[in-house]
Amino acid sequence: MEKKEKDNEYVDFVVTARKYKTTLTAKYKNRKMWQKPFVGDVISHLPGTIVKVEVQPGQEVEAGQLLLIHQAMKMYNRVVAPIAGTVVELGVTEGDKIPKDHLMVKIQPK
Amino acid sequence: MTDLSKNIQALREKKAVVEMGGGEAAIEKQIAMGKLTARDRILSLLDKNSFHEYDLFVKHDGRDFGMDKKDLPGDGVVTGTGTIFGAPVCIYAQDFTVAGGSLGLQHARKITKIMDHALKMKCPIIGINDSGGARIQEGVGALAGYGEIFYRNTIASGVIPQISLILGPCAGGAVYSPALTDFVFVVENISKMFITGPNVIKTVLGEDISMEDLGGARVHAETTGNAHFYAKSEQECFEQVKRLVSFIPWNNQERAKMAEPKEPAAVMNIEDVVPSDPKQPYDVRDIIKCIVDDSDFLEVQKLWAANIVVGFGRMGGETVGFVANQPMVLAGVLDCDSADKAARFIRFCDSFNIPIITLEDMPGYLPGVDQEHAGVIRHGAKVLYAYSEATVPKITVILRKAYGGGYIAMNSRHLGADFMFAWPSAEIAVMGPEGAANIIFRKEIMEAEDQNAMRQEKVKEYIEKFANPYVAASKGFIDSVIEPKETRSLLLHALKLSVLKEENRPAKKHGLPPF
Repeated sequence: MEKKEKDNEYVDFVVTARKYKTTLTAKYKNRKMWQKPFVGDVISHLPGTIVKVEVQPGQEVEAGQLLLIHQAMKMYNRVVAPIAGTVVELGVTEGDKIPKDHLMVKIQPK
Repeated sequence: MTDLSKNIQALREKKAVVEMGGGEAAIEKQIAMGKLTARDRILSLLDKNSFHEYDLFVKHDGRDFGMDKKDLPGDGVVTGTGTIFGAPVCIYAQDFTVAGGSLGLQHARKITKIMDHALKMKCPIIGINDSGGARIQEGVGALAGYGEIFYRNTIASGVIPQISLILGPCAGGAVYSPALTDFVFVVENISKMFITGPNVIKTVLGEDISMEDLGGARVHAETTGNAHFYAKSEQECFEQVKRLVSFIPWNNQERAKMAEPKEPAAVMNIEDVVPSDPKQPYDVRDIIKCIVDDSDFLEVQKLWAANIVVGFGRMGGETVGFVANQPMVLAGVLDCDSADKAARFIRFCDSFNIPIITLEDMPGYLPGVDQEHAGVIRHGAKVLYAYSEATVPKITVILRKAYGGGYIAMNSRHLGADFMFAWPSAEIAVMGPEGAANIIFRKEIMEAEDQNAMRQEKVKEYIEKFANPYVAASKGFIDSVIEPKETRSLLLHALKLSVLKEENRPAKKHGLPPF
């Protein structure tokens, strides 16, 4: 019978207020901590290329207004403002290749 | 020479040509990659001299792009019948040496013919995948071929065991045949499975990843859960397949073949395995080894979702399926992956008349935003569904913790368990004592001068009153509190008693498990 001398790898792990000694899986260790999304953050849902940028920092935009064209999955995706407000940060320029979950535009609500 | 002997000579020559597959150079390349040829794989897997090949002389269908002038021996796939430990099986192996094992319509039709045969003969079907994918020159004919295979995988599901070996590339649509089968075997450095390959991913998404990192054996055995068995070599893989075949029945109307009953070989004392402190871990597989014949346990999906252990063993010579919480990984909690793993295994056992023994020691569900957002409700529900739906004998032994929703989910009496045993160390309660005391005695704790001392006292009080098997026993939710040493003999008793178990369900077309 295989002997397991893994005591040193055991860590504390809490489930309903009780602390257990156990090992953790890679998936658990690598999980992302959740953060509340900000309504004015325009995040890329796919990696791709920024084909065109239609706004400047400081510019006022209406909800639904075209911000930029993001080419991903062989499609030209129109990225529009989720809310009305001011563009306070532009995270991309034309020609940029961006990964998934990249902050493209930050809009401060009115 | 007589006419007959001339004909026989001609047949032998024809066969010899086709059996060379893609020719010597291609075979050498195959071997250089650490792979066996399609025929050698089949011969390694089957009982000696039992292979009978079908459709050796089938010709491919390609008429365009100069394909009409090309000869593809056997159209790139070897099919036939044979036995494994005397059990009849139908088998096919794609031949990578012939046009990269690419799938054209006739290639697919050879596969569907042997699948139809397996379904009619009611014996397991084994598919060995090693193919570059659809034969592009055959166009939509190749797609038709895949569809006809998937259809048969689905129709045969739950009727005959279906086993897939990934011994080479298996990409694009091709992956869905293995995905629809019951057990998928992968081999280190040889298996590659993905829907879209590294090239497309790089072009479209700009992500740079190797084939191995994207869909190698380890990835599917450890991360995706697509594979059930992982081996270091093809030979090890064949031994695993044979072992699995020895545990499972030929079809859904049979029981698995009896083996010679044996006592457990484990030298450890079952009473020493589980620490009395419910917060301390141990390896639940040691308990299984103390219980099963010859301590012989075939673990399924060993590397994925290791917080639950599933697999086959024998009790008194009969195959049983084990589902056991694993306290030494994530404290044995249920989460999305472990729920999927358990539910699928339970449904396999139920389809193929294999009694299920559940060993329970779990604190509840894995807390976390990622779990909730990944749909732990939908995934967790699969376990409830699978246990409730199953009509095979269902036996539970509660070793230690059985808290809350986990207690219900792990084959409780309430989901239709036939036998409920609990060790004296069992704690069957609505939640862990600390959590329960915090809620029930909230006021007392808040008002106390020394809140911590009061909390400790109330936790202790709760443990004494409720963290035991006797409250559940007093309501008849468990049948008996047993000594650990009695576990094997009582399980044997329960299995013997349930040999003729019959449980009927209302007629329906099919249920709607929360997929």
